[in-house]
Amino acid sequence: MTDHKVKIATTSLAGCFGCHMSFLDMDEKLAILSEYIEFNRSPFTDVKHCEPSDIGLIEGGVCTAENVHVLREFRANCKILVAVGACAITGGVPAMRNYFDLRDCLEEAYLHGAGITNPQIPDDTELPLLLDKVYPVGDVVKIDYFLPGCPPPADAFLQLLLPLLDGKAPQMTGEKLHYD
Amino acid sequence: MANNEHTITIDGTEIHFKAGQTIMDAALSAKIYIPHLCHYPGLTPSGNCRLCVVELNGKDVTACTTQAQPGQQIRNQTPELNAARMAITQMLFVEGNHICPSCEKSGNCKLQAMGYYLGMRDEHYPQFNPRREMDASHPAVLLDRSRCILCDLCVRASREIDGKNVFAIAGRGIHAHLIVNTVSGKLGDSDIAVDDVAANICPVGAILIKEKGYVAPIGRRIYDQHMISDVAFDEHVPEHKEHGND
Amino acid sequence: MMNQYSNHCVDFNASHVLHRLYEIQHTERHISAESMTLVADEFKMSVSQVASVVSFYSFFYLEPVGRYHIQFSNCTSCGYQVGQLNLLEKICRLLSVVTGKTREDGWVSVGETSCTGMCDHGASMLINGMPLARLDDERITQISCLISEQKPLEQWPVEWFRVESSIQKHGLLLSETLQPGSSLKKVLVSAPQQILNHIIDSGLRGRGGAGFGTGKKWQFCRDATGEARYVVCNADEGEPGTFKDRVLLENNADALFEGMAICAYVIGAKKGYLYLRGEYRYLLGHLQNVLKRRYAKNLLGQSILEQAGFDFDIEIVVGAGAYICGEESALIESLEGKPGIPQIRPPFPVTHGYLGQPTVVNNVETFIAATHIAKNGSGWFKSMGTKESTGSKILSVSGDCRIPGVYEYPYGVSIQQVLDDCGADNVQAVQIGGPAGTMVARKDFSRQISFEDLSTGGSFLIFGENCDLLSVNQNFARFFAHESCGFCTPCRVGTSLLTNSLQKIMDGRATPLDIHEIKQLSALVKRYSHCGLGHTAANHILDSLQQFSERFEKRLTQKTFTPQIDLDAALAAARKMTGRDDADAHLE
Ligand SMILES: Cc1cc2nc3c(=O)[nH]c(=O)nc-3n(C[C@H](O)[C@H](O)[C@H](O)COP(=O)(O)O)c2cc1C
Ligand code: SF4
Ligand code: SF4
Ligand code: SF4
Repeated sequence: MTDHKVKIATTSLAGCFGCHMSFLDMDEKLAILSEYIEFNRSPFTDVKHCEPSDIGLIEGGVCTAENVHVLREFRANCKILVAVGACAITGGVPAMRNYFDLRDCLEEAYLHGAGITNPQIPDDTELPLLLDKVYPVGDVVKIDYFLPGCPPPADAFLQLLLPLLDGKAPQMTGEKLHYD
Repeated sequence: MANNEHTITIDGTEIHFKAGQTIMDAALSAKIYIPHLCHYPGLTPSGNCRLCVVELNGKDVTACTTQAQPGQQIRNQTPELNAARMAITQMLFVEGNHICPSCEKSGNCKLQAMGYYLGMRDEHYPQFNPRREMDASHPAVLLDRSRCILCDLCVRASREIDGKNVFAIAGRGIHAHLIVNTVSGKLGDSDIAVDDVAANICPVGAILIKEKGYVAPIGRRIYDQHMISDVAFDEHVPEHKEHGND
Repeated sequence: MMNQYSNHCVDFNASHVLHRLYEIQHTERHISAESMTLVADEFKMSVSQVASVVSFYSFFYLEPVGRYHIQFSNCTSCGYQVGQLNLLEKICRLLSVVTGKTREDGWVSVGETSCTGMCDHGASMLINGMPLARLDDERITQISCLISEQKPLEQWPVEWFRVESSIQKHGLLLSETLQPGSSLKKVLVSAPQQILNHIIDSGLRGRGGAGFGTGKKWQFCRDATGEARYVVCNADEGEPGTFKDRVLLENNADALFEGMAICAYVIGAKKGYLYLRGEYRYLLGHLQNVLKRRYAKNLLGQSILEQAGFDFDIEIVVGAGAYICGEESALIESLEGKPGIPQIRPPFPVTHGYLGQPTVVNNVETFIAATHIAKNGSGWFKSMGTKESTGSKILSVSGDCRIPGVYEYPYGVSIQQVLDDCGADNVQAVQIGGPAGTMVARKDFSRQISFEDLSTGGSFLIFGENCDLLSVNQNFARFFAHESCGFCTPCRVGTSLLTNSLQKIMDGRATPLDIHEIKQLSALVKRYSHCGLGHTAANHILDSLQQFSERFEKRLTQKTFTPQIDLDAALAAARKMTGRDDADAHLE
């Protein structure tokens, strides 16, 4: 393995942080791994913007304009970009809104839904604007590797990362492959 | 082996076949797996999914519809064929709405299992996000067309085994869709029964038995434990039922 | 009174489920669930079969179309894009109607349909199923006035509906005249096998595109065991740019029916069908009249020409808008009242065809050639053409040329010769055999029309210097996506994916990576599809990429990756709902 620490950045777009939790599920292996890696922008660190990194891990699909900006920032700064989990790879559960018009979704959520007191579609410019659909990250930027699963098991992260740390292409065996 | 009177060769392995068998039949009897989704032993082959395309003396044929003939030289496990199979599987994924984490069939689904078998890690093609009608009108059987891969198995099983005619495929091209043979078009008005082969043969989560979801925990479902290439050999539809279910 | 055509079509509409559905569509402007149940009852079919037929054929609608229902051809030759002018958009504007949506008041609907076979007539439409050709700016304005006045079609100027037989060059077949029955009379003095030997000896090969030996086909059918045998004429002529069968049906129907009867005599068939594409329904009256005359002359019916035991009837079945029904096994499915899904082959129709019985399916031109071979001998036929391609080929020439029309040449004619004859200068490319055929660039215009070199069902599309070939590819790709029957995965999904990929190139958003992708996808659709439609659907893209790669490259961006979607457009819905237009409400 390389002598300097491999820099890893992670983020969750339209995801549930489940993939991040699964990463942490590595338990004691995490301690070993931490000798070889360090985190840049990530919910683990609170670094706000992605700096040049070796590997970027993206959880979640692309749901808003802001997601697009973050994803592009990662692509621009990470040598290797990995789509992690069902939502990043296919849109996943958030993409269930794709079977409805955005208008119907918003009206249901903010105008006609149960228990709404002040019906109004939020239009504050501080809020990220929604895309018409939730897209897989691979539709928006080039992705180098995909790590399927909902979430991918902790071991799958290792299977992916260990070869990458060695500068090799990861090989995932069929047994580890899961879409749920 | 002495003579090739009743043998064919698949990827260098010579196997016996019985007269009337297709290449698929012969391969399955010899425990050689040729990927397939729209074929189910005991039903008339259809050849629509195209996963079982093999090279027969240099020509591309579907194993499920091609008669085994003495001396055939067949290539099945080649990098090109498997790459194409993966692309076709990805097409089936993007054509419908497959959100495995929220699907009752997950773990027991053949489309998924095909993805695992072929090492599919993403869907590759842009998704179609079709809007297809869900039919929950039947008390015991659910039809979620979002996940239908148009394999035609339920259509054939109903006609050939259940002795009914519950399903058909309608529409053209990318608009092809499954319909129900009732005036209302609703499953609730059909004579399908829970233990009909047609209600249980769907390779994906398009036809589901209600109140049966998630019975096996993760890790204990079929394709958590086995590859599709191992499960395929034990499949056969039951014999034809005379009058369906009374 | 057995020998009367009317006996065989007492009620044309009741004779076939497609005809019955057409009648309902025509009177009620759609086919309701109740109608489907009714038809299912009448034809002893399941409702799902009727429903799948209705949803398979383009000319049946589940929701009412307008009292004036306009379908513009979207072919590159007879389509609605005339230079810079989009006739479809224009009429929509004039009549305040949106494409594909019937106007609120129920009077008008406007849509597109695949090539209507009027390529020698310029831009064309079907209005309530009737062809109306030679469309231009002025005619569109006139039409929209008449529609606004709600003037019945019967009161529109008749000359608007005139379809001409633009035969520009008479060759071997087109210069023949036929005294109805003269060829048949000659045939009947010989034994069937002897006639068959003439056909085999002539070297005649199918004119529908695939070029299978006609004599061999008839022999297979004759030798096959079955309870009955059938003769089917494929007049589905759906390959965009082909209209020679239309012209032959207009002018040479006698020779066609005579050829079918000769085939019946050879193979021992009692029944024949002419499968006429729905777009040519306007020819139905004419064809029925020819049949009537032939029945009256005892050239059809019982004991034809007094030959005891030689009985042969012909019925016409009219399709309803599905290119795939030109594929012979799909055609037979359609004849049987089903969606046109190509069947697994083998078995081939010659052994398992209509109703599972041995069936010969031949193209219109093939039967006509057989008639004349039977009359003039195989030597006459072989005197022209090349070794593998005897006789002549009737071409439908259209596109960027001064004299479009039907041209008949001996096989072996060069592309350049045809271009010279039809007045085409500065030609960039020619598409031989329609979208399913081969794209030929200028440097290859010395290539010849023949089974040895460029085979064609007859379509000869010319693209001049100013034509945007990429838009031609996009047109073809849309055609295949629209006409894919949907049976098999690679074609059903792949043809739609190809359309989207080409659009990305057209929009200038594609990268070299996308070109690589489109090549792979094309190869996949070509290799893994079930039938000829899928096998050929991507040829035009592969041809273009090979011969006109610079045209693709010009449209590419220099980026290494671009999104599949237009991200800014994906924000439009939310912008509209929130009324936002700030910088954060946009994406590059
Ligand atoms: C997608 C497709 C469309 C076809 N369309 C036609 C057609 O419109 N007319 C035709 O004669 N043959 C058509 N064919 C060819 C027929 O399948 C068949 O080969 C032909 O009718 C046989 O007649 P022939 O031997 O006289 O050419 C088509 C084939 C395919 C695969
Ligand atoms: S049907 Fe299969 S592939 Fe589709 S969502 Fe369900 S589990 Fe996934
Ligand atoms: S519902 Fe299931 S079995 Fe029936 S066609 Fe669709 S995928 Fe196949
Ligand atoms: S190739 Fe296309 S047209 Fe032919 S069977 Fe397949 S889907 Fe249908």
